[in-house]
Amino acid sequence: MSKTDMKAYWKENLGYLAILLSIWFLVSYVFGILLVDQLNNIKLAGFKLGFWFAQQGSMYVFVILIFVYVRLMNKLDKKYGVDE
Amino acid sequence: MGILAWTWILVGVTFALYIGIAIWARAGSSKEFYVAGGGVPPIMNGMATAADWMSAASFISLAGIVSFQGYDGSVYLMGWTGGYVLLALLLAPYLRKFGKFTVPDFIGDRYYSNTARVVAVIAALIVSFTYVAGQMRGVGIVFSRYLEVDINTGVYIGMAIVLFYAVLGGMKGITYTQVAQYCVLIFAFMVPAIFISFQMTGNPIPQLGFGGTGEDGVYLLDKLDGLSTELGFHEYTSGSKSMIDVFAITTALMVGTAGLPHVIVRFFTVPRVKDARISAGWALLFIAILYTTVPAVAVFARIKLVETVSNSKYEEIPQWVNNWEKTGLLEFADKNADGIVQYVADKEVNELTIDQDIMVLANPEIAQLPNWVIALVGAGGLAAALSTAAGLLLVIASSISHDLFKKIIKPDISEKGELLAARLSAFVAVLIAGYFGINPPGFVAAVVALAFGLAAASFFPAILLGIFDKRMNKEGAISGMIIGLSLMTFYMAKYKLGWIGEMPDKSEWWFGISPEGFGTVAMLVNFAVSLVISRLTAAPPEHVQEIVEHIRIPSGAGEASGH
Repeated sequence: MSKTDMKAYWKENLGYLAILLSIWFLVSYVFGILLVDQLNNIKLAGFKLGFWFAQQGSMYVFVILIFVYVRLMNKLDKKYGVDE
Repeated sequence: MGILAWTWILVGVTFALYIGIAIWARAGSSKEFYVAGGGVPPIMNGMATAADWMSAASFISLAGIVSFQGYDGSVYLMGWTGGYVLLALLLAPYLRKFGKFTVPDFIGDRYYSNTARVVAVIAALIVSFTYVAGQMRGVGIVFSRYLEVDINTGVYIGMAIVLFYAVLGGMKGITYTQVAQYCVLIFAFMVPAIFISFQMTGNPIPQLGFGGTGEDGVYLLDKLDGLSTELGFHEYTSGSKSMIDVFAITTALMVGTAGLPHVIVRFFTVPRVKDARISAGWALLFIAILYTTVPAVAVFARIKLVETVSNSKYEEIPQWVNNWEKTGLLEFADKNADGIVQYVADKEVNELTIDQDIMVLANPEIAQLPNWVIALVGAGGLAAALSTAAGLLLVIASSISHDLFKKIIKPDISEKGELLAARLSAFVAVLIAGYFGINPPGFVAAVVALAFGLAAASFFPAILLGIFDKRMNKEGAISGMIIGLSLMTFYMAKYKLGWIGEMPDKSEWWFGISPEGFGTVAMLVNFAVSLVISRLTAAPPEHVQEIVEHIRIPSGAGEASGH
């Protein structure tokens, strides 16, 4: 793998990390902690929304995030020919 | 058949299974002993990681903690799952590519320094020992509650089992027993949860059920908010902790999770980098099955308990309450002698003391489930405690035999000699852990939660910067780790244990952050110190910068190797 390819690969990887970790931060820290009182005014069946994010929603999103990351990285590895 | 008979049968069968697996999967080389030969399939590694991770505390205590704290308990739910996102995205794939056996291996090589290696070994030992003592105690407690034996006898039995499969099987034996233990513990946790959810809400899925309505058509959470305020507690769905503290504790738990050596080392056991990524996904999925059920169980158990005991005549109280009174987990003191149970927040008036563990342990009885389900919970608790203990013991053993002995003291040790040293260290580690299980130092319970703070303050920044900052050198990383670890230890000693002067009041906490959340501050200090010092000192040598470039590319990971 050439130096330029390596840099490009790493840059795309960092781009994915930035997006996925922003979502990670949003569902847990923002929805579950910082905005919890505001979101609690909205109800989803018997759940107040902020409470639901803190005790359910954030965890579902965490699982999805990792599987999305795996898909993105497997594609990226193929694109740069570094998959195994 | 009675509960006791069922428990002996289930515990006997599961223990025989673990021993059988250990004999089948015994380690023949040091590589098998440290990383299970590096050939574990990702889904199995996911299960093993989940069992490794979920301790007696997750299985027995967590639902109770959430049950009593309501929204405040969210820090544990988000903290102990969100860390896997960091682990999967920022650490696991790169550490797998690096391809050694232990976390101090990475720190020592990446920072080209045996000082860094030794600091990492010390941090690994502190974190793992504080954690493992709690697990051995957990084994003893489950034994004593379910099998009516002395707690110490329970610890001895637990030690014998762990000794057998950790010393014989090493990581290989531990991995496959953990897969079996995951199956046992998740089945044991979900069966009563599903039954109760169906009973109370008509919905068999607990995650949905606790957002539904009970028989009276009122949403369970609204009802619980009402009950809580009526009895003088804070509203269940809102918190009592300050926002900054919730923020800090969640971060410390997340980052600490990602920095725990016994979790990280599991990702050295898979064949390829892509397997490390996906097995983190499987691990979190398997963990989330339990963790998303926990808040539901917390709500069901709390409502059932309050409805059963609050303001009811003591004489007419159901049998299970009396059963648990015998264990001391429930205590009733009729202060005003009216024969009625007053359960309220006000400590002066309250007559019922409830241990948080009862929410999981007594759940099947509260819901009047068959005896085998009650026994199953005991077997599940044992699986959770044993699997975590074994994982921690392996980290302790490999830190000593590999990082200290092979890498520093006697580099020319033969393969056979190293395997023997590893077995001996595992043996000694089990004895020490057992000793702490029988004579728990008073501060263990308080310190276990802080093991995360210690991991966050020491390992996480050193590993992260080692991968993402090519310019990071040994001066920066070592001073960062030492300052982070010392700061955390100091804060813990002063504000949690009261070892330095008088125990200060909560109002003196720095920035209003509790000792549980202080790992976040210590981690930030570690990052800052590392970055500043590394920029003031010489860049790392050429070959180390090449290592960093090498671990960023997944291909050619090959097999994990110690050389």
